Amino acid sequence: MPGNNSEACNANPPSIRAGPAPLSLTLSEITVAIGSAEICSEVSLVAEPGQVVGIVGPNGSGKTTLLRAVYRVLRPRLGRVVVGDDDLWELQPSEAARRIAVVVQEPRSDFEFTVREVVMMGRSPYQSPFARESAADRQRVHDALAHVGITALATRSFSTLSGGEKQRALIARALVQEARVLILDEPTNHLDIRYQLEVLELVRGIGVTTLMSIHDVNLAAQYSDHVVVLQGGRVQAAGPVETVLRPEVLEPVFGVKVERVARAGGRPLYWFQSCAHSQISPGRPDS
Amino acid sequence: MVRLIRSGATPLLGGVVRPHRVAGLGFAAALVGLSIGLVVSIVLAVTLGPADISPVTAWRIGIHQFWPDAVSADWLAAHERIVWHIRLPRALLAVLVGATLAVVGTVLQAMVRNPLADPTILGGTSGAAAGAVCVIVLGWVFAGAYTLSVAAFAGGLIGYGLAFMLASSSGGLSPLRLVLAGIAVSYLFSAVTSMLIFISEQSQTARIALFWMLGALGGARWDQLGLPALLLVAGLVYLLSQARALNLLLFGDETATSMGIPPNRLRRVLFVVVALLTGTSVALAGGVGFVGLVIPHAARMVVGSDHRRVLPLAALVGALFLLWSDVLARLVIQPRELPIGVITALVGAPVFALLLRSRLRGSDHAR
Repeated sequence: MPGNNSEACNANPPSIRAGPAPLSLTLSEITVAIGSAEICSEVSLVAEPGQVVGIVGPNGSGKTTLLRAVYRVLRPRLGRVVVGDDDLWELQPSEAARRIAVVVQEPRSDFEFTVREVVMMGRSPYQSPFARESAADRQRVHDALAHVGITALATRSFSTLSGGEKQRALIARALVQEARVLILDEPTNHLDIRYQLEVLELVRGIGVTTLMSIHDVNLAAQYSDHVVVLQGGRVQAAGPVETVLRPEVLEPVFGVKVERVARAGGRPLYWFQSCAHSQISPGRPDS
Repeated sequence: MVRLIRSGATPLLGGVVRPHRVAGLGFAAALVGLSIGLVVSIVLAVTLGPADISPVTAWRIGIHQFWPDAVSADWLAAHERIVWHIRLPRALLAVLVGATLAVVGTVLQAMVRNPLADPTILGGTSGAAAGAVCVIVLGWVFAGAYTLSVAAFAGGLIGYGLAFMLASSSGGLSPLRLVLAGIAVSYLFSAVTSMLIFISEQSQTARIALFWMLGALGGARWDQLGLPALLLVAGLVYLLSQARALNLLLFGDETATSMGIPPNRLRRVLFVVVALLTGTSVALAGGVGFVGLVIPHAARMVVGSDHRRVLPLAALVGALFLLWSDVLARLVIQPRELPIGVITALVGAPVFALLLRSRLRGSDHAR
């Protein structure tokens, strides 16, 4: 966990009223296929209530597909996703939406919603068809916008926000959704370093059970309690950061040389070096 | 008062779908204002035409229908016939068809997340026309007075269905493929319609073909208005009950799923609703184009993308738009008439071109 605040950092965000207690998330032997292609095979993992679990792995290792099975876009061919005590895929859609919130970038839309409208969408699993937004709903949205620090952007068009601002708005939406489990797919993609750290700080600060895919091994090491390493749709290693993110595990998975640098009072740092010159240099056929 | 709040510039649609917001009470006031405007417009539309009838006389004729004793009949019997049996049902049909097509366009655009979607472009209008012409030419009657509407509904389902099927791939609906598929389906069904009309050796084939291609409201009768009015109201109530789900659909499928709205299940229901509404409007007014494309965008420019606001506003603006388009169609070359689709296309085609240009520019950016 990053602890030491230097002067370059802003004060911590205002604390947000705690939502309902987090639930555990258990994937047992999930197999997910798209058409005839099996993308994830017999993946099992457990996130205890309040735990942050990072999923790392090379491109095409099945991270996004696995997450989509957890927020009900792709039904697993085999296996179960259990939230608390219930099978996720047997819950009513609206009940599932009250348990699991998702932060994922949609393809760009030509239609404009304001930031406040986007955040208010997080209340939709609780609203009946013709009901107007309640004062409590508006207060939640107001608090969530303040918590992620984008109150000033509330009336801006969502599509005009920068990548980091969009992620903050989507986290605010997840906050008002008051879900027990949070799923994030590459939350730090395309963000500069400061935004990467701020977004992950926010995520940790929510205190909800979290499952996130993340490219950057150093960020995964800093911000996860447990890490799952995926390769070719299978779990190569899973467990606490110290036992999983070791060079012996990472080197074959990513195909790079890995050096781990211990750091006093904090998580280790990782340094990578390419070891695949032979495949990049031109004119030499793959062996 | 209507308060306009201008939001930040959008790089994508060059100002076409940018949110200017009518806020809070302003929206209710705008709806009331437009409703009053609609009633006034209907009265004006009834007085305009080759026969010179003043608004006062029109009102008095109208009141006379309900309370014969309240006003004495000091007008020509022909004028009463023109006002009550020709122009008023025609104006009301314009209102119903305009509102219906605007609502259909709004929903189609949300269903496919595409600003170019519209009943004409997605093959629904021409499919419905082909269905209607088919039963006319073949002389089938299987649902009494509603045979034409049922056939148009079935044709609309087939038209939309074909366009959707052609455009679908494993990766979902590609916007440009959808437009191209829709245009192909439109041409196909227009050709089928024309072929059926000309094969049938009816008199005035050209005029009938024009009706199904470009629409006309001249044949309006009181007894035709009940079904479309009922379907419009029922459709609007249903769609407003799904307004939040439509917002989520417009925002994105993954978001909708994560908020408890399975997008494809919703699309299947919307598909039937949209075909039903398209079918009834085409059965009565022929193939009026572009209302469903232009009006939703106009409404979104004023109130943003929230369907709780867009749907009622689009319905009212669509009604006003088609009412005045029909007045123009009657007046421009009077005493003859232009097909109403000529007027709506003159407005709609440039807007479509504008949207397509910015859409293409947008997808260039995305790659």
